[in-house]
Amino acid sequence: MDIFIAPVKFYSKPLLQNLIQELSKRFSSNIQVIDIELNMDDFFSIERKQYFSTQIIAEMMKLTSQYNGKVMLLTDVDIFVPALTFIFGEAQLNGKHSILSVCRLHEIFYSGIANENLLLKRTIKEFLHELGHNYGLRHCIDWDCVMHASHGIEEVDIKGITYCRKCRSKVEGYK
Amino acid sequence: MNQKKKILIVDDEKIVRESFYHWFTEDNYLVDTAEDGETALIKYAQEKYDLLLVDMKMPGMSGLDLLSKIKAIDKDAIIILITAFSSVPTAITALKNGAYDYVTKPVDPDELAHLVKRALEQRALEIENVQLKENIDEIIKPDNLIGESFQIKKIYELIHSVSHTDTTVMIRGESGTGKELVAKAIHINSNRKYSPIITVNCGALAESILESELFGHEKGAFTGAQFRRKGKFEMADGGTIFLDEIGSISLMMQIELLRVIETKQFNRVGGNEIIKSNFRVITATNESLEDLVKAGKFREDLYYRLNVFTIVIPPLRERRDDIPHLVNFFIKKFSSAMNKKIKNISKEAMDFLMNYEWPGNVRELENAIERAMVVGKSDSITVDDLPFHVSRNNLELQGDEKSLASFEKKYINRILNENSWNISKTAKILEIDRVTLYNKINKHNLRKPE
Repeated sequence: MDIFIAPVKFYSKPLLQNLIQELSKRFSSNIQVIDIELNMDDFFSIERKQYFSTQIIAEMMKLTSQYNGKVMLLTDVDIFVPALTFIFGEAQLNGKHSILSVCRLHEIFYSGIANENLLLKRTIKEFLHELGHNYGLRHCIDWDCVMHASHGIEEVDIKGITYCRKCRSKVEGYK
Repeated sequence: MNQKKKILIVDDEKIVRESFYHWFTEDNYLVDTAEDGETALIKYAQEKYDLLLVDMKMPGMSGLDLLSKIKAIDKDAIIILITAFSSVPTAITALKNGAYDYVTKPVDPDELAHLVKRALEQRALEIENVQLKENIDEIIKPDNLIGESFQIKKIYELIHSVSHTDTTVMIRGESGTGKELVAKAIHINSNRKYSPIITVNCGALAESILESELFGHEKGAFTGAQFRRKGKFEMADGGTIFLDEIGSISLMMQIELLRVIETKQFNRVGGNEIIKSNFRVITATNESLEDLVKAGKFREDLYYRLNVFTIVIPPLRERRDDIPHLVNFFIKKFSSAMNKKIKNISKEAMDFLMNYEWPGNVRELENAIERAMVVGKSDSITVDDLPFHVSRNNLELQGDEKSLASFEKKYINRILNENSWNISKTAKILEIDRVTLYNKINKHNLRKPE
């Protein structure tokens, strides 16, 4: 099954290139970048200064029905669901669509020092994580598994960068 | 948590109920929702919930009213109240009426996850009146920590006996012997296995950032710190902290470390709040800490605090019987990862591996097999596939050069020269960090050819 990446309000071309390169090593699936005309501003909360991810996913579903595979929207903007202050990503469990924000994956947010390698590593982890949800995976208790829940950046950093044996078996095309 | 815990979300806002529903379901909880206090009471009468998340302000019955009614039915019910705005008097009333805690909407995911987990764990401990200990005859071994030699069996025994205690462990062994694997094995066989093992490579962190890495920092603690960040000790709460290359930390940090290990308390950089963390300490070193203590470079009190239970991992050359087991394991591992048909190794190649000195130990053997699998063309690894110069044993040593130090010097020098003294590349090949490589270059007085 193909993996489609839709960058929307996403400004880091090198990160996108590196991400695709790293994903290609991990998946036998075809990975393609697609262009979708989704107006993120429709989902901006003036009060919170963040974008409502659940509504963005609903809009994505209308715009990407022609793609046969998993579709991940990649963005630089900060996203939320109403109950929580922020989220790194949201995915349809056992579905086709997901969204990943790299906004809070930048090290400069936390320590004031940019670290591109760390950003790539975190982006790969959260990409694999949201994609795992699309394949029906729930959060895993194994800290070495990328499907472990991350409620903060520290937990993104300490969890593993691959699926555990059990989770891996459910992800199509994962080498 | 072996059995799924059941949570009831009570909130009049559909969007909040749905958000929490999906979020906690993903976290492997069984989740139910109620749109008001009346519905929640009906559901509570029919089902047993482990925890309730209740909105304070709802039309009809308020969160506080619901709290009182539920507590009247079950005084042990765990209820966390949520409100859209912070109000200290209401919070105090809620806590006085038996709420477990109180959070403000929108909720920080990290805080809520830990709050819920902690509340449920606390309750589980309270009701655990009989200790049902698992009878583990065999320890769970992480990949690579394999072998049949008596030395490795002895290590399994030591791991088994120390895992179920909270004793501080020191792991000793040369680089590449698998010290981190032993630390992981202790952790995953302990009661702390559902919390993380946090690894800190003390040798790789600059002194200036070590403090913030270990203890965390508050938002605005220094320029650019836009968010609060937890440190390694805080992240290890409930789990294990593994301090690798412990011999390389400065005397200044040793004082801090001793204090934190003894009190299990610290402050984040720029913060006043005292953070408590329940962690187990495992350390590793390939240096002689005794020599460092004698030289005044390592505090004696810290040494005794850390050196409680020691596991010494022998170098691979002292357990050669394990080489065939490891080779077969790595062939299987890489053939599946690389989709290669290589299934075995020629006798000549195996003889070569059995006689090699392995200064980089198991890690070097793993690298050798991985490289051989990449270049190998047949269904069997041959000597030509191995990443060594074909002069068969490779680094010929003179009679007086057979010590490990001289071998290491020669080997590192060769890899450096092969990579035009590119430090990063050489460190990667040797599977050590750059700081360790610099230390070894200085130790052996190696110089880049003019």
